[in-house]
Amino acid sequence: MNIRNVEKSTWIFIIIGLLLFIVPFIITGRSMQFIIIQIFIFAIFAMSYDILLGFTGIISFGHVMFFGIGAYSTAIVMDRMDATVLSFFVAILVAVVIASIVSFIVGALTLRLKSHFYAMLTLALAGLFLVAAEKWRSLTGGNDGFTFRLPEILRDSHHLYVLCLVSLVLLFFGLRRFTKSPFGRVLMAIRENEARTESLGYKVLHYKVIASVAAGVVASIAGVLYALSLRFVNTGVFATDLTIDVLLMTIIGGVGTLVGPILGAGLVELAHHWLSGLSDVHWIFERWIILYGTVYILVVIFFPLGIIGTLQSKFMNRSIKGLRNSRKTVGK
Amino acid sequence: MNSLLELNQVEAHIQKFHILQGINFGVKKGGVTVLLGRNGAGKTTTLRTIMGLNQVSKGTIRFKDEKINDLPPHKIANLGIGYVPEDQGIFGELTVGENMRVAMKKEDEETTRRMEWVLELFPDLKKFWKKPGGALSGGQKQMLAIARAYVNKNELLLIDEPSKGLAPIIVDKVTESIEQMKENTTILLVEQNFMMASKIGNQFFIIDDGKTVHEGQMEELKNDKGLMKKYLGIS
Repeated sequence: MNIRNVEKSTWIFIIIGLLLFIVPFIITGRSMQFIIIQIFIFAIFAMSYDILLGFTGIISFGHVMFFGIGAYSTAIVMDRMDATVLSFFVAILVAVVIASIVSFIVGALTLRLKSHFYAMLTLALAGLFLVAAEKWRSLTGGNDGFTFRLPEILRDSHHLYVLCLVSLVLLFFGLRRFTKSPFGRVLMAIRENEARTESLGYKVLHYKVIASVAAGVVASIAGVLYALSLRFVNTGVFATDLTIDVLLMTIIGGVGTLVGPILGAGLVELAHHWLSGLSDVHWIFERWIILYGTVYILVVIFFPLGIIGTLQSKFMNRSIKGLRNSRKTVGK
Repeated sequence: MNSLLELNQVEAHIQKFHILQGINFGVKKGGVTVLLGRNGAGKTTTLRTIMGLNQVSKGTIRFKDEKINDLPPHKIANLGIGYVPEDQGIFGELTVGENMRVAMKKEDEETTRRMEWVLELFPDLKKFWKKPGGALSGGQKQMLAIARAYVNKNELLLIDEPSKGLAPIIVDKVTESIEQMKENTTILLVEQNFMMASKIGNQFFIIDDGKTVHEGQMEELKNDKGLMKKYLGIS
């Protein structure tokens, strides 16, 4: 790869990534570091949702099942094996394999359905995983969940921070490459019009299933990191609230942009933290979810394409106007 | 049988409506075959049914002697049939370049050569290469739709009303492009604009109330005022 051919935006992302590495040296408070780690994890989860919603036009209400699979795979493997780096890699492998198989089966069986039926069916399947996790107490610990030990190296919050940041950066560039590839172009065509894409010679179902597997695997990695960050897992990792949260992060940031969901994750997590922390100032902030809902409504009204989507659209419109004006001038 | 595409007693329904009630025609290799008829006669439905976007209820459609009426649209497209729908069918949120690339099934010497050729034919596409397809004017969208269908080595192009809603100067440009394309590809054209159709068409079929009612050479139709008035409302 010729370094001169690297896009300007790639350099910007690399610089932001590098700057984030020095954050733990500036922000030393453990709770703030923990919030930033959560932002990284939810950014990964939101990017995985963006592959479905933003790039392929698939609405899933059950995406949390892959997150939960990742979290439980990690917790169970780390609990049953010795807390070593090897068991950590085994946990990732187990999570990725199970998420791939489940997302493949779910996708192949349900993606033939019209979008709203697919959305409802995924909701039901995620509910099934939640019930299974509640009832299979010998394996999952039921509602109470269980704690597990981490390998020595991951017990340091700095190391965990670096692990989550590296995962985010690698997955971001990997997914960016994926969406800019010929395969990604077909996904975007499917998002716009399935019949049209089919009449260009593409078997739409194949592409949708592969997108669903990719999204499922990435979501499971977010689940792995989430379990590591808490050293605990319970059935909350299968809760539909998490799918709704990640849907909001993606929409607020901007669907189909990859950067948008990262920004959305940051805004939602920080809003969550600050708004709930304001309860000491006034009792109204105990109901922070109302304020959060208001902010969400305002964002949807004023930034229908999400923050990044709106900025991109404004920039694009200006550039198109410029092109048309230059054409008129040449015409004179 | 020496037709590239052959429709035999084709019938099709859209929901409960019996739209095609007996379409018969054959498209010979080379040149432009035009489907004519009044609004609502079933011309667009015929093209969509050939592409597999509507189910055939009765009859057969053969492409190069192979029955294609039970095949899904992607398989029909991969047999070498390109389709330019009535609404142009471009992807508005994809850039012009992405629209072109998504249509190229493989990027080899042949498709690259074809791409260069269409970009010379439609220089506006090069200019708006990195802009979204939705930002193009109606004429530019039509050019993109045609260019996209031509970029692959399709043996047959189905083009639905390429002049619809376009300014006369753009219609001339589109006509010129189809005339150049017909040198290399067989074209089945649905067109309401008789001036355009008669200029580029070689043979014609008239569809009325979902049935094929007349066929012949375009030159004959130009001189048959009675036929034109009866089926096309042109006096």
